[in-house]
Amino acid sequence: MTQEAELGLRDRLAQLSGVKLLRGTRLSAELERLQRQLERLREDTSDEEIWKRVELARHEKRPYTLDYVERMLDDWFELHGDRGRMDDTAMVAGIGRLNGRTIALVGHQKGRDLKTRVYRNYGMAYPEGYRKAMRTMALAERHGFPVVSLVDTPGAFPGVAAEQHGQGGAIARTQAVMLRLGVPTIAVVIGEGGSGGAIAIAVADRVLMQENAMYSVISPEGCASILWRDAAQAKKAASAFKPDAAHCLELGVIDGIVPEPEGGAQVDHDAAAALLRDALIAHLHELEDTSGDELRRTRRAKFRSLGVLARV
Amino acid sequence: MSGVSSPGHIDVSIEHKRADPAKGNGDKHPNTCPGCGSHYRDDELAANLRVCPQCGFHFPVRAPERIEQLADPGTFEEEDAELRSADPLAFFDLKPYVERLAEAESTTGLGDAMLTGRAAIDGHACRVAAMDFSFMGGSMGSVVGERFARACDRTADEQGVLVSVSASGGARMQEGILALMQLPKTVAAVDELHDAGGTLLSVLAHPTTGGVTASFASLGDVILAEPGALTSFAGPRVVAQTTREKLPDDFGLAESNFRFGHVDAVVPRPELRATLARLLRLFGRAA
Repeated sequence: MTQEAELGLRDRLAQLSGVKLLRGTRLSAELERLQRQLERLREDTSDEEIWKRVELARHEKRPYTLDYVERMLDDWFELHGDRGRMDDTAMVAGIGRLNGRTIALVGHQKGRDLKTRVYRNYGMAYPEGYRKAMRTMALAERHGFPVVSLVDTPGAFPGVAAEQHGQGGAIARTQAVMLRLGVPTIAVVIGEGGSGGAIAIAVADRVLMQENAMYSVISPEGCASILWRDAAQAKKAASAFKPDAAHCLELGVIDGIVPEPEGGAQVDHDAAAALLRDALIAHLHELEDTSGDELRRTRRAKFRSLGVLARV
Repeated sequence: MSGVSSPGHIDVSIEHKRADPAKGNGDKHPNTCPGCGSHYRDDELAANLRVCPQCGFHFPVRAPERIEQLADPGTFEEEDAELRSADPLAFFDLKPYVERLAEAESTTGLGDAMLTGRAAIDGHACRVAAMDFSFMGGSMGSVVGERFARACDRTADEQGVLVSVSASGGARMQEGILALMQLPKTVAAVDELHDAGGTLLSVLAHPTTGGVTASFASLGDVILAEPGALTSFAGPRVVAQTTREKLPDDFGLAESNFRFGHVDAVVPRPELRATLARLLRLFGRAA
């Protein structure tokens, strides 16, 4: 598999190098990006490695959305409430300045001790959280602010009230809103990218993952209890569905990997935030001259193309 | 509801007690009603649209039979039948994914969990996308996503109406993260359909859960549900295990979703064809 991906990347590299001066400097930036990804990919990911990443993605000292916000943005102003029912504390939203420019940011928020974990509902949003994200995106669209979303959730909250308030519909509509935005959008999986709760705010022009983040259709435990009928087989499940960044890149699901400090983001929050900030600025720069219509068209085309088919 | 004949009187009261959806029919014969214990020959049940004549329980309907129930005879032409799933992760749980796919194909006679094509309902040309729960739990992987998206494209070209009938356990785990990507993919397809002036009529059959609820099935211009159908994002077992909450008796059922404003109507199966015909007339372009 990894070899195939390497070939795929090499192919793209060759293609890009062949196109001379098509879009000037931006092309060479793209080239460098691909080259870096290729190097990363060469270090093949073993089952042990995948599990280590799952553990790091859920590490209790890992920086969460607001840890990044306070280190990356100036003049952060948090927005509260979905303008209908309540303020979902598992989803934060607001506006602030990144490198001198106002952006809107939404992200899942986990807590660090028992009290704040409960307060943040373990980073699992209700439909109200997704509605807060939607209205923040609408605000960004009105004012031409780029949208950054930080994904870090075990999944959307599975509860009676969440269902009664329309969890499925809220997740579907948030994706539809993201697909329609005429402003540049970047989503970064900074920890756990858990299923529908994650994809709701990850339908962006650029989807990135931090080196030790995970992105998956179901939690390893959930997958193990369904397919192996034993949640203890989580490690096996993880190596079967490969939620690590290298494999997501290989499958074309993400556009790039954001490096973390040696040993993982939990070791040095400041350094992790600086690396994330650099990546956001670089990608926003690449997107800034593209018209809203073009962004929408490319974004739709990208998500329309995802999937692997065989023909008989 | 003129113009469409419906079978004789069938008790379709939606207040019947539903068997625990998680348990389904248990070890009973598939033609034994979980609602009242009556047993039927297969042809009896098929003639009644697979609705129990005694208590109104709605038995599951496979995709080909669903299309037979809804479309005018001889009008259905399948499209994209050649699409098959690849195995991008070389996924292996207790069995390899390729083996599960082959088994599902040979037992169901279908290439994947959704059947799409053109059809007419009561003389109104439209497209139909019907899911089949017996193909790997109606799970949505790359083929379901692609068939649905192509059905949207073709409908968009004609500014027509796409009728989807969903029955799905959610995203197909064996395709990993690519299965999750079928959510935005189908959402994008519906968005383009809407942009082109087309219509999506979404019918939720038992069960419509997980990824399908969190994508195209919730984006219909009109959303209908069958009586007693479980239509929730998280299933009752997951909710009970995670939250240790006591679940209401009608948790996630069509009737509860109607009450909370997530579906436009709960339509008993004998009325579904006539209801769709009426909507097709309303959304159709004046000739």
